[in-house]
Amino acid sequence: MGMLLVTLFLPLLGSAAMLFIKRDQSKALRTTALSVSVLSFLASLLLIPEFDRSNSGFQMVLDATWIPTFDAGFRIGVDGMSMLLVLLTTFISPIAILSSFGAIKKREKEYYFMMLLLQFAMTGVFMALDTFLFYVFWELILIPMYFLIGIWGGKDRIYAAVKFFIYTIAGSLFMLVAIISLGILYGHAHGGQFTADLIKLREFAPAIPADIQAWLFLAFALSFCIKVPLFPLHTWLPDAHVQAPTAGSVILAGVLLKMGTYGLIRFNLDLFPQAAFEYAVPISWLAVIGIVYGALVSMAQTDMKKLVAYSSVSHLGFVVLGIFSMTPEGVQGAIIQMVNHGLSTGMLFLCVGVLYERRHTRDIAEFGGITKVMPKFAVLFTIAMFASVGLPGLNGFVGEFLTLLGAYKSQFLNNPWLAVIGTSGVIFAAVYLLWLFQRVMYGPLENPANTTLKDLSRAEYWQLIPITVFIVWIGVYPKTFMGMSEMSTQALIGKLETIKFGKTSFPLIQKNPEAMK
Amino acid sequence: MLDLAYLIPLFPLIGFLITGFFGKKLKSEALIGGIASAAVGLSFAVAATLFFTLTGLPADARSHTTYIFSWLAAGNFNVDVAYQVDQLSIVYALIVTGIGTLIHIYSMGYMHGDKSYPRFFAYLNLFIFMMLNLVLANNFLLTFLGWEGVGLCSYLLIGFWYDRKFEGVNIRFTGDAANKAFIANRIGDFGVLIAMFLIYKTFGTLEYNAVNTAAAVAPPDAGIMTAIALLLFLGSTGKSAQLPLAVWLPDAMAGPTPVSALIHAATMVTAGIFLVARNATLFALAPDAMTVVAVVGVTTALVAATIGIVQNDIKKVLAYSTVSQLGFMFAALGVGAFTAAVFHVMTHAFFKALLFLGSGSVIHGMHEEQDIQKMGGLKKYMPVTHRTFLIGTIAISGIPPLAGFFSKDEILWMTFEHGGHGPMWIILAIAAFCTAFYMFRLYYLTFGGKERFDHHRLHPHESPVTMTLPLNVLAFLSVVGGFLGVPYALGFFASDHPNLLENWLGPIFSQANGILGRGEHHSIHAIEYVLMAASIAIATAGILLASKLYKEESEKPAELARKFKGAYNLLLHKYRIDEIYQALVVSFIYQFSERFLWKVFDVKIVDGLINGAAKTTQSAGESLRRIQSGVTQNYALLMIAGIVVILTWLAVG
Repeated sequence: MGMLLVTLFLPLLGSAAMLFIKRDQSKALRTTALSVSVLSFLASLLLIPEFDRSNSGFQMVLDATWIPTFDAGFRIGVDGMSMLLVLLTTFISPIAILSSFGAIKKREKEYYFMMLLLQFAMTGVFMALDTFLFYVFWELILIPMYFLIGIWGGKDRIYAAVKFFIYTIAGSLFMLVAIISLGILYGHAHGGQFTADLIKLREFAPAIPADIQAWLFLAFALSFCIKVPLFPLHTWLPDAHVQAPTAGSVILAGVLLKMGTYGLIRFNLDLFPQAAFEYAVPISWLAVIGIVYGALVSMAQTDMKKLVAYSSVSHLGFVVLGIFSMTPEGVQGAIIQMVNHGLSTGMLFLCVGVLYERRHTRDIAEFGGITKVMPKFAVLFTIAMFASVGLPGLNGFVGEFLTLLGAYKSQFLNNPWLAVIGTSGVIFAAVYLLWLFQRVMYGPLENPANTTLKDLSRAEYWQLIPITVFIVWIGVYPKTFMGMSEMSTQALIGKLETIKFGKTSFPLIQKNPEAMK
Repeated sequence: MLDLAYLIPLFPLIGFLITGFFGKKLKSEALIGGIASAAVGLSFAVAATLFFTLTGLPADARSHTTYIFSWLAAGNFNVDVAYQVDQLSIVYALIVTGIGTLIHIYSMGYMHGDKSYPRFFAYLNLFIFMMLNLVLANNFLLTFLGWEGVGLCSYLLIGFWYDRKFEGVNIRFTGDAANKAFIANRIGDFGVLIAMFLIYKTFGTLEYNAVNTAAAVAPPDAGIMTAIALLLFLGSTGKSAQLPLAVWLPDAMAGPTPVSALIHAATMVTAGIFLVARNATLFALAPDAMTVVAVVGVTTALVAATIGIVQNDIKKVLAYSTVSQLGFMFAALGVGAFTAAVFHVMTHAFFKALLFLGSGSVIHGMHEEQDIQKMGGLKKYMPVTHRTFLIGTIAISGIPPLAGFFSKDEILWMTFEHGGHGPMWIILAIAAFCTAFYMFRLYYLTFGGKERFDHHRLHPHESPVTMTLPLNVLAFLSVVGGFLGVPYALGFFASDHPNLLENWLGPIFSQANGILGRGEHHSIHAIEYVLMAASIAIATAGILLASKLYKEESEKPAELARKFKGAYNLLLHKYRIDEIYQALVVSFIYQFSERFLWKVFDVKIVDGLINGAAKTTQSAGESLRRIQSGVTQNYALLMIAGIVVILTWLAVG
């Protein structure tokens, strides 16, 4: 419990510390920001021994009074899914900060203040067990992200920042209405006592009549699907990615998008099962269209960053499809796929950043034959690419395979064509990524501007190598990670199947805790 | 003992890690190549030991699974990393590690002086590791790991010389060829993935034995079985370069020649045959799918063989030959002759690896020249290469008693017996004729006749012993390898069971044979002797025609090409399949994605709507702003107007 607080608040303290460092002390700003972020990661590692894998509920729960009138509390805790996403956040954030050292030259003080504030808010989203608190963290993210794009971004940064802001807030206002309605509905049933306590609400909400559930479901879903982003709500993403600095893209792809898919499981499936049964098929179709559409549009891009951005639309489609398959395979696959996408797409953005730093262009046609001058970079770029392509043995495959398998056999979707069309995404993923790689890295080194490029620096190694370790680890032995969320997922799916069919399709046995390790 | 199966893939993995991480530091070529070769050699030793352990067991006890760890699990789904040693997997493992060792040794000579020497051996070791996972897996998913893994290595090795030019349809560099190979394979992999989903949904497991037994005991709906078999076969057409996905293999020749020998001839491309053979029961339960397999195999065998006749790149001829020979194997699978297919996998691995390594030796000796029109007369410069290449050529042509004769003859006989007594046999016989012809054309143009290269520029020489040693070993195997599968018709001089391979693999295919109604009983038909004689005659005819046209320098081939210009050009351009795909599939998808999905749908429609909504809000604000004029009289006027409206409404309402 203590470590949960430490993990959460260290970045906030760090961002406060930024205010006391003089703005010309560039080195002090950087090292402080990085150390704080690394410390927060180390603190989150200490959560692992404390975390009980055989427990499907929330753990390390902290419940402090905040606004008693609304029964809104400072409630935090983690289950298997949020545990993984907290770890992802604390892992990616220091890497993003490290990647900023060379790239960010102006207003460093404000920059690292924003980065640490962002880390605080993201961690908070995944830990919050209170709808008000969740909403506060959710909206808090907009502020640093808006400035990261708007101040440190590219040429059209203002357009992109405003688009990102408006898109997201349009969705989240609906969520706010739903959060309030949910509290009021709870109050009606419980002597007028409004609540924002998620643990109480998840007991109560599934019993809400289906027609009301549908409205609440849609309000939450709109907000989350914009964040994911689900086709056709994705058009803010390419602009935001292209304009954001490398670290912004890494955070955006690595963590922010997962808030949407996290919300879909935490709120939409868990609170409104009746509505989820109703809307699973249409949402899954949008996910499948997104898989193919994102891949096809990605193929046509000439800007490396835009290409990777569109690939996110495709990859997140797998996650949404897995979630709404409402099978243990699909949801477990979706959860690990969230982590995977954070790692491999984050790494791809870092790779694009490496090239951008050297050439100040992201136009694919400017490159070619880079392997010759940057052989070490070529190896790591290859790994990032194949992780993203979904090659078995690397992380991406584990998630893609399980989400598609879940969707194929799902009794809720009851339509194998969703998975079949979704699977065609694996062909297109190979097309756009291999083609990117071939145009940038293979062939003769013809552009004179590229002949003197330097291979990876030490700092760049430190960004890419840790991610590579996890890419291989998850690919070879996913149990270390999937074992964390196994019980939470089983409990959730067990609940959904019992509501729908009156029984579960798999034995809900509390597995031997020893065996889960 | 059999639990040591994990050692077979482990050694190449260690080799990969050493050469991959420390290759640059080791510096010495001999050390790097030595470690990599030793890794595969040790695997071979383990595989051989396990093979002899198996032979000591009763036939029905020759299957053993070693569980390493649980790989993927969620809900009821569980897949292990587990290795299954049985009659089929051990044969494949022996081929892979045996030929693999020889090609590693050969590569030490061939890659000498290359700046990326350690990288090459790291990739080769990784390939062997993946290939062993593919064949030793006890479940579909682990096979799929190997399946995609060998695809990865193939991709990396085709593009090994990443800055070299390579010509093809829409291909300019080796990297383009590498992409093409990987993507064509991915289309096939799409089929394997869906097949796995369907298998898991139907049988609740992905373990080979469990699935095949469940299917045999209680066969599901025929439609499901056909779907599973066809989806798996789609994967096979990708990996084993069959129509319609055959197009990538000839371009895969952009890789170094040892790679062509190991991956694109002897081992990886036979993975498709392995997948079908491993699941013989599933295919036996899907007769329609079997027919498709047979038809695709036969068609590919003929189409590729005819293309091979007119090609002038020494490696391309061999590549089309490989496609064609793989077609023979699928034809065998399609008629239920599983043993014959595996037999041909083996003999083909011997003689095709030999031929590719021989071509590598030629290319090496000719300083990277690959055009056979610019060769000739190499016999006297490269005696060992010449002798072994000739042996390989005779073997593939199907002249007894060399290896190719036995396996190809068995396929021909089985397609006659079980493939409609005629049409399939005739097509394959024509393909066999073409094979003998194009192989001897290749042989004569390369080694025979006059020297057509520039003596001042080129000084052909024999290759070093690291390269000639593997050639000699493979030549030996190409001569004697066929005796593992002596047909019953010729068994009178041997024991009661002359076909050793069939006896060995018997238990693997007994379920499938039972479903197909194939008995153990072998009667000797007179017609079998007739067909055997016919197949020898056909091969001889092909050889004679080639020698007539190409043994001595003559104008005859050019004349023929002029005379049948249309047909010649069609074959030279490989039936223009690449061009058709390029126009109908590749360009179409790309143009559609770029011009419609992105620039119209995404930018104009979706974003247009969003920006439109924003603009509407903005302009609404702009106009409403004017009301806030700050002129008190106007506000008063509006207030009065409002009161009038409300009062009227109340009065009327």
